[in-house]
Amino acid sequence: MVSLYPLVKNETIKMLRKRRFQVIILIVAALIPIFVYAQVKITENSRKQLGDADWRIRAEKRISDMSNTLNNNIPEDWKVYRKVEIQRLQYALERDVDPESPNSVTFTSTFIRNSVGLFLPLLVAVVSADILSSEQSTGTIKLLLTRPVRRWKILTSKLLTLVLFVSLIVFCTAALTYLISGLAFTYGGWGAPVLTGFQVNGDQLDTSHVHIVEQWRFLLMELGLAWFSCLVVACMGLMISVLVRSTAAGMGIMLAVLIAGTILTNMVSSWESAKYLFMINLDTISFLAGSIPPVPGLTLDFSLTVLAVWAAASLVVSYGVFTRRDILG
Amino acid sequence: MTDKQKVLDVQGLRKTIRGREIIKGVTFDVREGEVFGFLGPNGAGKTTTIRMLVNLIRPTAGTIQVGGISVTAHPEKALGQMGCIVENPEMYGYMSGQENLEHFARMFPNVGAERIREVVEIVGLGARIHDKVKTYSLGMRQRLGIAQALLGRPKLLILDEPTNGLDPQGIKEMREFIRELASDGLSVFVSSHLLSEIQLMCDRVAIISHGEVIAVGAVEDLLQESDNRIVWQVEPRDQALAILSGYMEETGPGVSVHETADEAARSIVVRMPASQVPTMTKKLVDSGIDVYSVTVKNPTLEELFLQLTEGETIG
Repeated sequence: MVSLYPLVKNETIKMLRKRRFQVIILIVAALIPIFVYAQVKITENSRKQLGDADWRIRAEKRISDMSNTLNNNIPEDWKVYRKVEIQRLQYALERDVDPESPNSVTFTSTFIRNSVGLFLPLLVAVVSADILSSEQSTGTIKLLLTRPVRRWKILTSKLLTLVLFVSLIVFCTAALTYLISGLAFTYGGWGAPVLTGFQVNGDQLDTSHVHIVEQWRFLLMELGLAWFSCLVVACMGLMISVLVRSTAAGMGIMLAVLIAGTILTNMVSSWESAKYLFMINLDTISFLAGSIPPVPGLTLDFSLTVLAVWAAASLVVSYGVFTRRDILG
Repeated sequence: MTDKQKVLDVQGLRKTIRGREIIKGVTFDVREGEVFGFLGPNGAGKTTTIRMLVNLIRPTAGTIQVGGISVTAHPEKALGQMGCIVENPEMYGYMSGQENLEHFARMFPNVGAERIREVVEIVGLGARIHDKVKTYSLGMRQRLGIAQALLGRPKLLILDEPTNGLDPQGIKEMREFIRELASDGLSVFVSSHLLSEIQLMCDRVAIISHGEVIAVGAVEDLLQESDNRIVWQVEPRDQALAILSGYMEETGPGVSVHETADEAARSIVVRMPASQVPTMTKKLVDSGIDVYSVTVKNPTLEELFLQLTEGETIG
């Protein structure tokens, strides 16, 4: 019996020799400076508007402003939100970390949050869509499947390799973003306070569970969610790769589905059953930061469940088809 | 039947794809140390059968056993005893020959660097083994394909059209190479649509047409079974033809007159046992017909094939 390890090694070698992963890292390395430059421009702009006052003075002023309004006749929700905001600023003062200062960790965190909906899934689609279809279109699938190895093992080795490369892509994207943005801003900001724990009830933002976490913790949570979303995309890609023999067609299908997802996100607010589509649910990080979801009724737990169901269904189809299919022509 | 062990045993193999029966009950066996030819025109079902042998296609009915192990029930055990090239020897073009072999060696439980060196030596790829496969000629790819097939020390080697696309020198080398492998005790299953090929290198053949095996046996036996063709040079031709045809009616089926396209000539081609030639000659001479020559033409596999398939069009 051949164990999975040499099979995964084979797939990893093929992936690297095909230079798919290297291309992705190059794409990321080429794009990040563009985003960094945009962020630099934004920071310059706001500095012009707000003046050069020390951030501590500004923070203290905001705290006292908000404390004064707490006794006024304002909705209870606002009060909670302001209390939390005051807490966050006080926490920042205690720690002596400027919450607004542009640093590489803040930038990385923002970048991951914005890329989980489309950018990262696209990168994952590039590696996953051809992992099997390329073997089918070149005919090497015949050699692969006539070895004394069960078909489910071959597919599992491909899946494990995808998991490995998805992890690498997410990690490398974050690491590259941190390293490149640090050149323009400052390296640091690990301890900056970030608000999280928002919950959405109907169209109301429930802030009762909001609390402060250090930014490194927040970034880790973001990366975890991004990794999960990317894994789901990888499972879908694997299924497309099993079903479609042409790499180009498989890639096209993946791109179309993912891009359709972002378009739909902007227009489905009244179509409630759209929340069962996996593309709508990819942007799980937005729940951490407390933005209103595209479809009412979406929560972090719901999104994760929907994604997990889609991934599981893709795997069932992939294994079912791959282990039984006749390899013709 | 010889007492040699059956390495491959195929019984009543059938395959229906989208309601069309493509393979209609194929039965044959390959014995230890023999080169077995699988002969048929394009589209007869050769590749479909081979794909079933190596578990790429699941048979609709029938059994395939390699060394007594069922391919459908225990694919990994059965495949461990086989090496194969199905259609073209496709490899990963972006890797070197050596890397390709290492890749496939990892898919066997006990094939290491030593075995890779051995198979490279056997197929004679030498220094080019470290070049990328996309720079290889077809002949080299074919050799690398065989090296890959030999990696797992198989009992049975399955080669689908191994001489396809090779130049005459390459074909000759491939033929010698296959015979050499068989002399070391390996059974080789070779498919081809080139009859001359099979005749030159195979011990036994199966002839397949329209998804059915229409003949199996040793090459010599099959040729013996088929009647000799006797070419008569006679005059007057029409009269001789009448006598020969009359004789045909007496002896019944199995013997037939084939008129040559060469109408102007004196020749008549008759399919009949050679033992009947003296009687017939006497008959013709007695009837006042001049017999110029009688030629016994030994059948080739090609003719046998056309006879069996009744001039089937290649499609």
